Amino acid sequence: MEEEVKLHGFWPSPFSHRVIWALKLKGVKYDYIEEDFPNKSQLLLQYNPVHKKIPVLVHRGKPIAESLIILEYIEETWPEHPLLPKDAYERALARFWIKYGEEKGLAIWKLYRTTGEEFEKAMKESLEILRNLEEHALGEKKFFSGERIGIVDIAFGWIAHWLGVIEDLIGVKLLEADSFPRLHAWIKNFKEESIIKENLPDCGKVFAHLKRRREMWLASP
Amino acid sequence: MADEVKLFGVWASPYSRRVEVALKLKGVKYEFIEEDLSNKSDLLLKYNPVHKKIPVLLHNGKPIVESLVILEYIDETWKGNPILPHDPYQKAVARFWAKFLDEKCFPALRKAFSSKEDEQEKAIEEASELLKILENELNGKKFFGGDKIGLVDIVANFIGFWLGVIQEAKGEELLLTHKKFPILCKWIDEYVNCSVIKENLPCQR
Repeated sequence: MEEEVKLHGFWPSPFSHRVIWALKLKGVKYDYIEEDFPNKSQLLLQYNPVHKKIPVLVHRGKPIAESLIILEYIEETWPEHPLLPKDAYERALARFWIKYGEEKGLAIWKLYRTTGEEFEKAMKESLEILRNLEEHALGEKKFFSGERIGIVDIAFGWIAHWLGVIEDLIGVKLLEADSFPRLHAWIKNFKEESIIKENLPDCGKVFAHLKRRREMWLASP
Repeated sequence: MADEVKLFGVWASPYSRRVEVALKLKGVKYEFIEEDLSNKSDLLLKYNPVHKKIPVLLHNGKPIVESLVILEYIDETWKGNPILPHDPYQKAVARFWAKFLDEKCFPALRKAFSSKEDEQEKAIEEASELLKILENELNGKKFFGGDKIGLVDIVANFIGFWLGVIQEAKGEELLLTHKKFPILCKWIDEYVNCSVIKENLPCQR
């Protein structure tokens, strides 16, 4: 039976890309539907009435929203090329770091849309977060998930590509090679993986997109 | 070798209670260690150096932190009385609502009860919108988990119990009324009377 898999996404979104990477790593065929923000399609609003956001995965007509929940669904539905460890404790550790990245990552995203005191506070928090990732989450490993890319790497993929764009926008480098050698090595290894390399949005276009968003944020009261 | 399970928690914390409910549902014997949050133990700081928070589950010496992560770990480790559905799609739906509760509902509810007078009306309205979404999701079911309590019911304990306590303490029904949320109020009655929950509610004082 033909699996019917559709993904509603948005080209500059790191959350969209998480799902793309997971599907492609597992060799799952899918149809991609580009949502034209801010004109959200009727289908998207029907599939995700609570948050009205992408990504939404639709499998055999049933919608799943929230990128991290989608990743867990993909892992359970297509078990080949596993992204989560088998051991329950290791899984708990993976989920811990994913949650950490999700909650604390908000501080880093704040950098491109704040100024003054709020910006300074976000900077301080961001450096602390990156320090924790460098020393505790990644440590001596090649990838967050060990020898191969796994769910934690996919969840942090935005650091490998979108963080650089944020740094360019704000004119401040957070991830200095000297201060964060492990994260630097991870970024290089992550982006060298062919599935990742072939599925990254153009930096220049992402920069232009985030620049417009930044101007809107800074202009609003 | 017998399992050694310890839980570092706080009796008044809904996050702590969630873990206790899950352990009791599955008949897991554990030792509860009450933490004094104004004077956190060295062990807590050792087991949760990143957040320094409770709850922390210690299973055979290995610490697991963050209540939602702990609940998933408990479900995967002790198979009896599953908290999450078996079907991947239903599991995704349960996780979606658990996330919605923790990330949207609880902060909005806390804000509604702690806002100053001029901001309170708006905060209550925002919280009401979110409760309405939950009300719609429950429609027709005894529990969020169906006939038995599941992950979402356990995570919704703040609404199940603490909300009523806070409203009673404030002496007025600010938010959760039978008129506005009949289905949610019925769920609370079922929830509070469910035996595993009943034995795990802190006494109202």
